[in-house]
Amino acid sequence: MANHSPMLFRTRLYYALLAAGGLVAMMGLYAAHMMEEHGHIITGMNNQIVWGMPHVFAIFMIVAASGVLNIASIGSVFGKAVYKGRAPLAGMLSIALLAGGLTVLMLDLGRPDRIIVAATNFNLTSVFAWNIVLYSGLFTFVALYMWTLLERRMNRWIKPAGLVVFTWRIILTTGTGLIFAFLVARQAYDSAILPPMFLVMSFTWGLAVFHVVQSAMYTWNNRIQDPVILNRMKVLLGIFVLGTLYLVAVYHMTNLYFAKQTAFEHFILVSGGIYPWMFWAGYVVLGSLLPLLLIYHPSLGKPKFVVLASMMVILGGFALLYVFIIGGQAFPLDIFPGYQVTSSFGDGQIGQYQPSLYEFLLGFGGLAIAFLITTVGVHALNFMPPQDKPRTEYK
Amino acid sequence: MLKLIALLATFLICAPAGATESYGMPKLDIGKGGQCVAPTEWMRVNHMKVLFKQRDETVHQGIRGSKYSLKNCVECHASLRDNSVIGRPDSFCEGCHRYEAVKIDCFECHSSKRSTALVQEESK
Amino acid sequence: MSDMNEQRRQFLKTSVGAAAVAVAPGMLMFDMARGDTEPVSSKVRWGMLIDTANCADCDKCVKACNKENGLSGGLSPTDSQWIRKVELKDMRTERSLALPMMCQHCEEPPCVDVCPTGASFKRADGIVLVDKHLCIGCRYCMMACPYKARSFVHEPLHDQKPDVPRGKGTVESCTMCVQRVDAGKIPACAEACPNKSILFGNLNAPDSEIAKKIRTVASTQIRADLGLDTGIRYQGL
Repeated sequence: MANHSPMLFRTRLYYALLAAGGLVAMMGLYAAHMMEEHGHIITGMNNQIVWGMPHVFAIFMIVAASGVLNIASIGSVFGKAVYKGRAPLAGMLSIALLAGGLTVLMLDLGRPDRIIVAATNFNLTSVFAWNIVLYSGLFTFVALYMWTLLERRMNRWIKPAGLVVFTWRIILTTGTGLIFAFLVARQAYDSAILPPMFLVMSFTWGLAVFHVVQSAMYTWNNRIQDPVILNRMKVLLGIFVLGTLYLVAVYHMTNLYFAKQTAFEHFILVSGGIYPWMFWAGYVVLGSLLPLLLIYHPSLGKPKFVVLASMMVILGGFALLYVFIIGGQAFPLDIFPGYQVTSSFGDGQIGQYQPSLYEFLLGFGGLAIAFLITTVGVHALNFMPPQDKPRTEYK
Repeated sequence: MLKLIALLATFLICAPAGATESYGMPKLDIGKGGQCVAPTEWMRVNHMKVLFKQRDETVHQGIRGSKYSLKNCVECHASLRDNSVIGRPDSFCEGCHRYEAVKIDCFECHSSKRSTALVQEESK
Repeated sequence: MSDMNEQRRQFLKTSVGAAAVAVAPGMLMFDMARGDTEPVSSKVRWGMLIDTANCADCDKCVKACNKENGLSGGLSPTDSQWIRKVELKDMRTERSLALPMMCQHCEEPPCVDVCPTGASFKRADGIVLVDKHLCIGCRYCMMACPYKARSFVHEPLHDQKPDVPRGKGTVESCTMCVQRVDAGKIPACAEACPNKSILFGNLNAPDSEIAKKIRTVASTQIRADLGLDTGIRYQGL
């Protein structure tokens, strides 16, 4: 790790990336400012759909943040040498994604000026309160872990630090799944399968994001990825995509079996308009089947197809979260089982949701913050994996 | 002896921190005026502590009617011209808070108007 | 030697003086903190019994709540509704009925369990409230409520009622007119109902009107299967 020249971006490219990322981040902050000034009325969220696009972005980033540490864990905890060199990048990506996701989440609060209240008043039965501890802990432990990786004198602590990070993030992702699993009243949630489902989703999306970032780094530094390593990571992605598909299928099939859940499942899978579209076309086909095809088909296993597969997995992840978070709220609560209900407050009606521009700006702003942290980090520190061979000629 | 001087000097330096009159302080429209529930100087320093404690007692324990409730403050100190404690540069809360550049959060939720005046308006 | 003692004496005087100055405000506030009324206790549990058979085709309870609590009365998806009339029709028997729906003031409120700051809390006398001083507007309680009782304030508010503070960016719901209950009155909806279908009272007092009535007539909690032990019971459902 120490006998390589530091990664040199072509300087113009670096500053261009910073400018682009900075611009998008500024737009996100502008959106947050507007939301704080005028209230959530400028968003598409309402009393029926209380969590919207920002939460889709935020939860994707948070889940991916924990999953990207898999790469590091496989190296540090499970001892696979090939992954050891990639651990620092994974750690930094994790911090970047978590920072971006939490920024979106915190700026979407009705009272973002009250973060201090959230940090000093803890209701111990609330998953959100646990998450405050879990997320801050992850920042701390990943930072310490990266120190053990990058500082040669600390290398003997890599394994214990890696183990702490590994355990911590399993708890964290379980916590993210529990946010929804604990909602007993909602038909979309209230299921013990959600924590494991989120865990496997984190593996999938984390690896996909890692892959995209790693490929970009290799390309921009005129290096080629070792095909053997690439193949291993590709196969891993395939396994994770299959795993997620399996758990999503189990979730829906068990729901379908219960008579009281059939109407909800019909809404999500068949009749709900955008939700079945997003689910089948977005998640199942684009996010799972096409990537699997790209991964497993013998003639398509080239590096660029793996990046394409990763990008599709990411888009599929967004689609799945959209259906899960927003579709889950759009279906009305079953307050009076056996009755047809109407009221002035949307009882018995499908919730309508039109995301506004501000929500997209905020979400992309969070992505931009993650992007900026990654770009600066990769430029400043040596995150390039060591074993790969550099290209001998330059463009 | 030197230690004593040093101690006294420290206290003297800190003395202005307790001072509550300074150059350029605004003249406030104190509404009904008269005798406040506590001495002015003490109130200037402690009103937030008192309000923070009182609000928890009211919200969580239902203790109402205390002389330190926000509603009671507004009742006396709302301007007699517009029945409000904010809105004008010399309004009771706004005047000093603007001068000290401390944002007032209370009236995002709480009514800044004298409640007896509002009742009168409603009954009209 | 005596010089040293003199210095020590001076030092003690100054430090005791400083300590007294530091402690005094706290002691003063302790004296003043005992307000005019007593804190509420769990000896009382406020609840309501709603007779759906007598629920007329009106919305006087909704209008009364809006007036008492300073709500706009608007019906758009972003407007707060603390109480609403729900029209039900049994899908099998086609029997129709109507009832007012508000926060059910559960004994085991899911909204209290999920609130990260403890803003959503249950008062000792059973009324579930939002402490707006602590609410950060995360809306998790709105996700958790089985009754869709909570509303989020989506825009800046003006002209709030002095006894009912409400503000942008916080979550709110029916308070059982806590400002009236604490003054010995009944909630506005109960007072406004022309058929007296909403009976408010102390569930814990064995001889209160509501306690006697729930011992005799058949009443049920909505979503009783969730085991939340709501304070609001419905008759004729």
